[in-house]
Amino acid sequence: MSAHQTHTDDHAHEAHESMSKSKIWKVFFILLFITVIEFIIALWAIPGHHMSQHVGNYVYIALTLLKAFYIVAYFMHLKYEKLGLQLSLTVSFIFIIYFIVLMLIEGGYLHLHMPKV
Amino acid sequence: MDSLSKLDQVKTTPWAGGRSPWSVEYGKIMMWFFLLSDAFTFSSLLVYYGAQRFSKFAWPDPDLVFQSIPGFADHGYPLVFVGIMTFILIMSSVTMVLAVEAGHRRSKKEVIWWMVATIIGGLMFLGCQAIEWTHLHHEGFWWGTNPASGLKEEGAIKAALQPFFDGDISFVSAQQFANLFFTITGFHGFHVFSGVVINIIILCMVINGTFEKRGHYLMVEKVGLYWHFVDLVWVFVFTFFYLV
Repeated sequence: MSAHQTHTDDHAHEAHESMSKSKIWKVFFILLFITVIEFIIALWAIPGHHMSQHVGNYVYIALTLLKAFYIVAYFMHLKYEKLGLQLSLTVSFIFIIYFIVLMLIEGGYLHLHMPKV
Repeated sequence: MDSLSKLDQVKTTPWAGGRSPWSVEYGKIMMWFFLLSDAFTFSSLLVYYGAQRFSKFAWPDPDLVFQSIPGFADHGYPLVFVGIMTFILIMSSVTMVLAVEAGHRRSKKEVIWWMVATIIGGLMFLGCQAIEWTHLHHEGFWWGTNPASGLKEEGAIKAALQPFFDGDISFVSAQQFANLFFTITGFHGFHVFSGVVINIIILCMVINGTFEKRGHYLMVEKVGLYWHFVDLVWVFVFTFFYLV
């Protein structure tokens, strides 16, 4: 543990400088490209029955998480921070995932058992 | 090796004390943890939205609700306007990182320019959102009201809501959609607004040369984190309100 962390300590500052202008624009074009794919799915693939809404929803969520990764990792610079900080900021989302699963199951139950109004 | 020199060795590790183990400045760590708590707030709002949507047998179709381009066409263009809004926000995120990058080089002039661009982007987004809200309000959606509010006859309710549904209609769903749309985009818009205000304050400090005297532009990085977070939340709001 100690050897690894003292090593990254010296490394962090170098990486800090590496978010150059060209890298920023590269990330921007990746984000733009992902958004364009989402629009193609929404305006062409689903209306034209090339993809079902159900499959489309999973693709949307995957692309959204990918966009979130690029924003957090590069724009918010988390990729170049220490592992400890990265973990303390991301691991707690386990609770959010658990909450999502719980509430969607609850919603699904109500879907079957509530009067249709 | 005796135990004393072993102790010295232990003391060199990042967590042995005497230095910041994450080598991140205090204010920046606090900004990160504030954003984490804010992410929880937005998550809980979106999770409730998801639970509501799952529980209903019908839900308004976003392609039918959002299909106007203000000043251009009243209907027939789903997602175009929100696409422009998304582009504006991503663009302003880019100008923000460019301000941070210029801050690393301690180039005051460039920081000022990119901060101004970011603020303009934020104001454009807020303007678009105001137009979007006004449009929906004119169609009859608001907190506690929907296009079929106050109607008694079943036929009239169906006629009022059918334009927004693909198939079955639901009065309760239309109302919940309106409540959640205005609450969640409103809460996000409030974040954009406070982000613009904070950006303006920091811009004034940059112009005054506060950070030049301080020797670093860390404050720009901190507001940058907040600004990117606002963009991040929009990515999720966009997916769950307009796409799914």
